Amino acid sequence: MDTRPVVVTQPPLHRPLHPLHMLLVSSAFPLFLGALLADIAYARSYQIQWTNFASWLLVGAMVFAVIGLVWALVSLITPTARTRTRLFYVALLALTCVLGFINSLVHAMDAWQKMPQALVWSVLCVLSIGATLWFALGGTLRRREVLP
Amino acid sequence: MTVAHARRSKTTLLTRALVPALAIALAACGGTPDETYTGPSPDLPKPQRGLFPTLKISLPTEWGDTLPTVPEGYEIAPIADNLLIPRQMLVLPNGDILVAEGRGGRAPKLTPKDIIAGMIKARGNTQVESGNRLTLLRDADGDGTYEGRSVFADNLDAPYGLAFGNGSIYVATQDALLRFPYTEGAVNAAGAPEEITRLPGAVNHHWTKALTISADGRYLFVGIGSDSNITERGLAIEENRAMVWQVDAQTGFHRVFATGLRNPTALAMQPGMDQLWAVVNERDEIGDELVPDYLTSVRPGGFYGWPYSYWGQNVDERVRPQKPELVARAIAPDFALGSHVAALGVAFSTPSMGAQFANGVFVGQHGSWNRNPPVGYKVSFVPFSNGKPSGEMIDFATGFLGQDGKARGRPVGVTVDPRGALLIADDLANTIWRVTPTGGAQGAPATPAAPAAAEPAPAPAAATPPAG
Repeated sequence: MDTRPVVVTQPPLHRPLHPLHMLLVSSAFPLFLGALLADIAYARSYQIQWTNFASWLLVGAMVFAVIGLVWALVSLITPTARTRTRLFYVALLALTCVLGFINSLVHAMDAWQKMPQALVWSVLCVLSIGATLWFALGGTLRRREVLP
Repeated sequence: MTVAHARRSKTTLLTRALVPALAIALAACGGTPDETYTGPSPDLPKPQRGLFPTLKISLPTEWGDTLPTVPEGYEIAPIADNLLIPRQMLVLPNGDILVAEGRGGRAPKLTPKDIIAGMIKARGNTQVESGNRLTLLRDADGDGTYEGRSVFADNLDAPYGLAFGNGSIYVATQDALLRFPYTEGAVNAAGAPEEITRLPGAVNHHWTKALTISADGRYLFVGIGSDSNITERGLAIEENRAMVWQVDAQTGFHRVFATGLRNPTALAMQPGMDQLWAVVNERDEIGDELVPDYLTSVRPGGFYGWPYSYWGQNVDERVRPQKPELVARAIAPDFALGSHVAALGVAFSTPSMGAQFANGVFVGQHGSWNRNPPVGYKVSFVPFSNGKPSGEMIDFATGFLGQDGKARGRPVGVTVDPRGALLIADDLANTIWRVTPTGGAQGAPATPAAPAAAEPAPAPAAATPPAG
């Protein structure tokens, strides 16, 4: 009979995201998505109000994303928070903020001057915040979590 | 004050010759020439815009004991200060001067950009409250000092354009064309004005309503600016905008006289020809050398491009849907005053202004925000011959933008006093300046004029708010 102790691989103890933190960052997603939809509506209709919507939705998205980024950076002080997944999350959130800022500047161009590049930037923003939330909500790079 | 004028002209010529070469050389490294192109056929670069639009604000400062610089043989003096944002002026038959004071516009801030850019641009303007009135200035003894001052009318909604005819004073406020009956010598309006017609004024992104009157007094011409830079508030609200109306002075009925004029900020009738001229502010945010503001004769039924094209048939890609059929008949203007100079005043000269400046128009340039280095901030003279602009534009009054990059003043309306004086409204120093040929002005004896010029520039400074 084998009496050696069984070594159970356990996920490392880590500090999960605060629920309020999660709420703030999640809020950015529908706003970025809304901006993209408004851009599409403007591109199809030439109705200027859609692009005004897009500009404000981006401002809203940036408010949540930037607050989330500050919180995320501060939370890295705790050593147990510095997991690989968390670092991916923070890096992607930072990327989202950069893309969102550029997109806001693009949206400040008058009328059709912002098109079509505004659409491209809005797609990038949605992809970036989506990837950010993937890691925030427990996703990993592996296809399936290998359980012990 | 005593700039060697001949030398300056030569320098301008040299600059003109070098500008195209310089522009090409500098375009590569993103630089912009100090001077903007002026003349009949500007070489238009390709539209360009970075992530940040150019916002080069010249912060205000005080004149102190300095004065604007005028050509040799001319002198300049402030004749009224502490005004409440003077814009356009009118010289009445008895020599009294009416000054329209105010600030209009009620365009809602629709985008984050409106809010941010609005705050930045406001730093370059006066912080004085809108006067909403007409001030009358009187020089009873003809010595060039305007000792009399009264409020001719107040409680007007941002008065701007002024015209005299049919024994009446016509005033274009930001949403109506008004008529005040006038008896010679009056210092106050006899009563409330009669409204001749309403003017488009719902949003008033460009609120100034320029005004002039035909030689026979039968028609008034009203300049109505666009409701946006380049349709970023939508095309629907531009229905009655960016055009000149011809209004019957008797009935108030109007017809659209010319269209596609983005912001016709000042109008003038050519003496002896009954031809309408306008200075027009063109669109922003497609580059330091686009699009030149211009001086043009206005043809009945003419379309001058805005918003679909600029300087003739150069299509503006920022407008959707486009209108190629309209672009095809767009008229190229007569004379480029320079990109972003913000021409806000125009006046035909008279021989009493001296031989060099006898035939042509003076142009007041408020100064740029969408160009670095800044341009404008001066009064220029465009010489005419055979009824058309001919030759180089010449500086007439400069020094409004100091060497330190701060603005002492910003010229708006210019008006020629037939006795031989150019009046300049300065809406930053809240002052009226008067330029006269030294000793040569009719009706303004040389002896009293000299001390007036020597006296230190008074309180315009006091009226100017501290920078920021």
